[in-house]
Amino acid sequence: MENEKVTVNINGCNYEVGAGLNVLEACRSVGVEVPFFCYHPKLKVAGSCRMCLVTIGTPARDRATGELLKKEDGSPEISWMPKPAIACGTKVSQNMHVVTDSEFIKSCRESVLEFLLLNHPLDCPICDKAGECKLQEYANTFGRGESRYIENKNVKPKKVMVAGKIMMDSQRCIECSRCIRFCREFIGRSTFSFTKRGSKTEISVYPNSDNDSNYLLNVVDGCPVGALTEKAFRFKMRTWFLKVTDSICGESSAGINVRVWSRNGKIYRITPRRNDAVNDMWMTDSGRYIHYRFEAKNRMSVARIDSSPCDLGYAAERCLEILKLGKVAIVANAWQSVEEMFLMKRLADACGAKIYMISHVGADDGKLLSADRTPNMRGAFLTGLLDSYPPKDFKGLGAAIDAGEVGTVLCFREDLKDFGLEQKQLKAANIIYCGALENNISASAKICIPLRTEFEKNGSWVNRQFRIQKFNMAVQAPENTFADIDFLSFLLSELEGSHFDAPSAEDVRAEMAKSIVAMKDAVHIPASGLPLDSSQFASVDFPEEDAMHYSRQKK
Amino acid sequence: MAIVVERKKLGFFERLYLPQIISGLWITLKNIFRPRVTLEYPDQAPVLPVGYRGAPTLVKDSEGREKCVSCQLCEFVCPSKAITVTPGEIPADSQYAFIEKAPAEFKIDMLRCIYCGLCEEACPERAIVLQNNFSINGASRAELIYNKTKLYAEGGVLPDKIMKWKRVKDNAELEGGSH
Repeated sequence: MENEKVTVNINGCNYEVGAGLNVLEACRSVGVEVPFFCYHPKLKVAGSCRMCLVTIGTPARDRATGELLKKEDGSPEISWMPKPAIACGTKVSQNMHVVTDSEFIKSCRESVLEFLLLNHPLDCPICDKAGECKLQEYANTFGRGESRYIENKNVKPKKVMVAGKIMMDSQRCIECSRCIRFCREFIGRSTFSFTKRGSKTEISVYPNSDNDSNYLLNVVDGCPVGALTEKAFRFKMRTWFLKVTDSICGESSAGINVRVWSRNGKIYRITPRRNDAVNDMWMTDSGRYIHYRFEAKNRMSVARIDSSPCDLGYAAERCLEILKLGKVAIVANAWQSVEEMFLMKRLADACGAKIYMISHVGADDGKLLSADRTPNMRGAFLTGLLDSYPPKDFKGLGAAIDAGEVGTVLCFREDLKDFGLEQKQLKAANIIYCGALENNISASAKICIPLRTEFEKNGSWVNRQFRIQKFNMAVQAPENTFADIDFLSFLLSELEGSHFDAPSAEDVRAEMAKSIVAMKDAVHIPASGLPLDSSQFASVDFPEEDAMHYSRQKK
Repeated sequence: MAIVVERKKLGFFERLYLPQIISGLWITLKNIFRPRVTLEYPDQAPVLPVGYRGAPTLVKDSEGREKCVSCQLCEFVCPSKAITVTPGEIPADSQYAFIEKAPAEFKIDMLRCIYCGLCEEACPERAIVLQNNFSINGASRAELIYNKTKLYAEGGVLPDKIMKWKRVKDNAELEGGSH
């Protein structure tokens, strides 16, 4: 049924399109643009904007016999609908004829836009949506260019704060109802609604109720105009200055596909990226602000030995000397990319170290915020760092230090003090701390190596569905920081006695494909990710609950 | 293949050189009695033509309101990347709070500016105007990066015939809206 095709004639050419699609999607699938405002691929069809009007015709049948009528030349007779129909609300059928480029359709679009622009304020210079506004784009492409309206525009409430994170401007609203539908269908509770009638219709929020939700900001991405804008991004930067990088959200093991918008090394916002197998077109609000973690003042900026700043290369060499002494324990974390974990495993083998990891578990919301608050716990299983789900603290490491089995702890990112190690245990071992941020143990660590954040490097993570997904470098790393891969491969090359050259994430994946069976295809990862074989981990007790595109039983 | 160019022989008068010298001196003599075109700058100021493109400045309207709404189109269009705008929000207690947006900071690097006037052309509010100042100098590079205060001091007031935002406000009050 899913792969069933029907033939549809669009603008005089026959195309094979999927049966059950609506005309709008069918046109898009063959590269014919149909403009729309209210249609959203992941929401129910409302048909309120009338922007996607097309002329539709179906093969004519004889009323008495029901047989298809033919013209004199043998081609089927088409009975055209007398008025244009909305492409988003019409399903394709066999031999349907669609016209999207006639003068009549052009005049339809022009008139719809003229109606929408009647009461739309022309404040693009101060509107945050400018540059990615559908009304702006379509007015430019399909509009008539000048206004015939001389009356005063309607006045509606502006600058209304919604749930403390959205600025609502009813005057800019074109009544597409996407926000209303999103809240009803995805969040499951109404937040927005239309009030008043006719041209006075305005978008409003339910008063005196808690409208907040961790998914509310998706209405900002959905809003085709600037009626709903994000408070945190308000008047920060115009969108056309921002560079877009495809990335993955590191908030939880859901592995939401995101876009990172940055300019001159500063990240301005994070928005969801469509992936129908993972997050559809949505993301959590908390995940949008994850980059604030690294903007903090406590970013580690320089390498240190015994609390005094030193050269990065020198610190790395000292680190190597200590590792050569033996009795090493490595503390890994599940924010590291698969590539780094692979090198880490080799490093552990090279210096005979045991690997310790802990889990970071929070509440599971059954949607896109999963219980495991690390993005790459599955990667640790695939690369062999783990064989069972890790505990919540480092008690095991503490016991090993007490027993004198561990003399050096090479710790990546984790805060040992917050997770179960006592002061005297921290004193008893040489701590080498590698991470992007300062924390409780970095001040007293023997050696501190500043590393990069996930926005400053390339790599891949394996999400809860065992889907490997690539994240790309969005901003340039500060000077005097090591990319994790470079640091690990430097240590490795010295310990294994090979020549050091900084590998790219892709080089490491190529290496990995040779030794890990499940990763054999994962060298070039497509933008939508690549599902990996997870059958060997079916017995592991992962904490995630059933959620969007994920079910526990499937393992 | 070499091309042989025939060299003409000089005539008698040409060999004398005197006719050429005399005709040259005649031009000098004529120009002595013509009006002077050189200017004793900086004692004398030049008369600038209408539409002269000097230093870009920010201007206020006749009410004294800063016209810039920090849309950053000038920053975008600037070919020499001389302009840096930091957008900001107009505080709620201001009488112009309904305009919502104004620059928190506005910097033009006069060392980078090439006086092309594209910023003036791009500005939807007519807030940035190239005026007559062509003598831009300072004791350091930092001094030549003009900030908002300096740019408004240089720019002054440009009377606005349209008063677009006043119309928006008047309309809102007329319709009983909530501006």
